[in-house]
Amino acid sequence: MRSLAEAAPVFAALGDETRLAVIARLCTEGPLSIARLSQGAAVSRQAVTKHLETLAQAGLVRDARLGRERIWQLEPRRLEVARRELDRISTQWDAALDRLKAFVEEES
Amino acid sequence: MPAASSTTDRIEKKVTLRAPRPRVWRALADSGEFGTWFQIRFDEPFVEGRRVKGRILVPGYEHVTAEFQIVRIQPEDYFAYRWHPYAVDMKKDYSAEPTTLVEFRLEPAGKETVLTVVESGFDRIPLDRRAEAFRMNDGGWTEQVKNIARYVEAS
Repeated sequence: MRSLAEAAPVFAALGDETRLAVIARLCTEGPLSIARLSQGAAVSRQAVTKHLETLAQAGLVRDARLGRERIWQLEPRRLEVARRELDRISTQWDAALDRLKAFVEEES
Repeated sequence: MPAASSTTDRIEKKVTLRAPRPRVWRALADSGEFGTWFQIRFDEPFVEGRRVKGRILVPGYEHVTAEFQIVRIQPEDYFAYRWHPYAVDMKKDYSAEPTTLVEFRLEPAGKETVLTVVESGFDRIPLDRRAEAFRMNDGGWTEQVKNIARYVEAS
């Protein structure tokens, strides 16, 4: 249940129509500037910026400066890092359990 | 199994051991025996509610002292402890950070024993900490590869 509590901020960040639309566009169109993201949006540029900052706080997007423009993109790497680290620990467990198996079966 | 847990929160392993349950139990609950296969050296026994320090013997991690917080010892049935899974930087104090829970469950299967290991609580560990542990590891390997390159190029 604790993991649910941890996931809550991510879902909260996604639980908004404008923010979901932003994520969807970054998914399909790749990195975009605020200007591009605001085009066709029902809300102001300032509002879009605020939504992007909320998403950034949840670790879902990040920004980079490109000249005078601020470019936003999805941040799958943070999750990937967690995933990879978990895989590494998982492999360590496999090795440890192989050693345990050899250890207890030796005398049986 | 709690259906609510995320795929990044837990690791679960199941293994059938060709050994009777009391034998497997000893390999878990006796800190010395635990150390031989887990590659850690404990100088004191596991006692429920106690914190037990051990020195990691895994190559590359010999500088690491791990602390097991023994949660539960239920003879031949269940053994659980908490620890800091990414605590590899000995200059840092991890005591205030969240821990993961490691649980061992034993079930007899004829002359054999089915052991289930679950390590959970990873989602509570800050991503930055995990990324850092990953970088440190990665850095270690980058260094090793450089060493090898230096070695082969010199000969």
